[in-house]
Amino acid sequence: MTIFGVPTQALFGQLLIGLINGAFYALLSLGLSVIFGLLNIINFAHGAQYMMGAFVAYFALQWTGLGYWPSLLLAPVVVGLFGIVLERTMLKRLYQLDHLYGLLLTFGVALVVQGVFRNQFGSSGLPYTAPAQLTGGYNLGFMFLPTYRAWVVVFSLVVCFATWYVIERTKLGAYLRAATENPTLVQAFGINVPRMITLTYGFGVALAALAGVLAAPIYQVNPLMGADLIIVVFAVVVIGGLGSIMGSIVTGFGLGVIEGFTKVFYPEASNTVIFVIMALVLLVRPAGLFGRAT
Amino acid sequence: MPETAPLLAVRELHAWYGESHILHGVTFDVRPGEVVTLLGRNGAGKTTTLKSIMGIVGRRRGAVSFDGHELIARPSNHIAWLGIAFCPEERGIFASLNVEENLMLPPAVRPGGLSVEAIHTLFPNLRERRRSQGTKLSGGEQQMLAIARILRTGARLLLLDEPTEGLAPVIVQQIGATIRRLKSEGFTILLVEQNFRFAATVADRHYVMEHGRVVDAIANAELATHMDKLHEYLGV
Repeated sequence: MTIFGVPTQALFGQLLIGLINGAFYALLSLGLSVIFGLLNIINFAHGAQYMMGAFVAYFALQWTGLGYWPSLLLAPVVVGLFGIVLERTMLKRLYQLDHLYGLLLTFGVALVVQGVFRNQFGSSGLPYTAPAQLTGGYNLGFMFLPTYRAWVVVFSLVVCFATWYVIERTKLGAYLRAATENPTLVQAFGINVPRMITLTYGFGVALAALAGVLAAPIYQVNPLMGADLIIVVFAVVVIGGLGSIMGSIVTGFGLGVIEGFTKVFYPEASNTVIFVIMALVLLVRPAGLFGRAT
Repeated sequence: MPETAPLLAVRELHAWYGESHILHGVTFDVRPGEVVTLLGRNGAGKTTTLKSIMGIVGRRRGAVSFDGHELIARPSNHIAWLGIAFCPEERGIFASLNVEENLMLPPAVRPGGLSVEAIHTLFPNLRERRRSQGTKLSGGEQQMLAIARILRTGARLLLLDEPTEGLAPVIVQQIGATIRRLKSEGFTILLVEQNFRFAATVADRHYVMEHGRVVDAIANAELATHMDKLHEYLGV
């Protein structure tokens, strides 16, 4: 069977790869958006923190025998704490300054962290296997669906929408949204805004680390795994509109799928399609598809 | 008759925004249950005085004592929990929150705040429009929301910064009635006003500010006999 002259097997296969990539784009751009919204920091260390999440899972297995499931919790906590220390000791000094300073600092942190890991572990990937419960797959007739990949798509959707729900529909999220608009007034109402900022950064970083654990069985554990991905993720964030929660989720998955289909219909453009879309969006809506003009 | 101890005592308060020195030694008292206004021209330091009490200016020095606590070195979130609430001149309604979320945002810092029911009775519009985006309300409704949300918290001292600015006369009257009602319920209110005719309808006493200092104090009952002086102070 073919659609537009393309075998359905290939089409659905690329759709799945697109959804997988989209899941990572969405998780990472969501964390970037949450951080940018409250801290006004463009977190260039996000890719390094994603890589650290994968490495925490790898170390946990090598050193203590802790497998995938505990690592799904452990890695976000450990890397989130790293983020909290980073925020308390360095980032908090930059809030009064131009965005550029936060970008430079986090970019520097990313280079240092990636350099240290590359020095220790080289740049070839370290294997990390999916847990036994998630190996194998289903034959759907029109395609073969590996269980682990289905799990990544579903789990990241759940995490994305849970994050969206907390921010848009709960009291805690109302504090967050209000503090994004006017932190001084929110603090004058009695909220400890500096602590909320620290925890928000920790949470955004933890999301990156979670994505890193999810990625480990698919892409292996590699010191530069985040460096490659983060450039595309920043394009996704620009397209969706920096600071928009729903925008990050929809754009992340949407662009993953578009990229997948481009591989089928015009493979030459598959590496550039996201940047072409970014350029077009910037021409028409500089604040991004879901962004509020400021 | 012995004077009641002040609830709020401000002594020699200085404040700075960056390099500019705005307050040059402000001193005044507010006693429990009083409505006191700060009058003065633009730039006299009235808003900065409120912000300094609340702890949201860059740098401040002097003494601000509230209910036996010294506020000068505390961060604004601690000051809120002692029972002071601030309603800013620009109202500070959050665009990303609906009316109900705006109303429920400030945490209740002490018991004794108004119930949501009582607030809706006071401001029926807020009940009708509780699902609307906060900034879609009219100016008058936004002002009511800005006052309403600090009544819930149980704060005993309310700092209101020009609540009547830019509002239609009928809304100004409604806000005046609300302030008198709050006074009768025991709230203490420090009000910044440019409109002394409005201030005269709600306040017990007035302090006049000029160039970052309090230069005069006038009881409301004596206001009529001090009209000439007041016109000179306010330049009206």
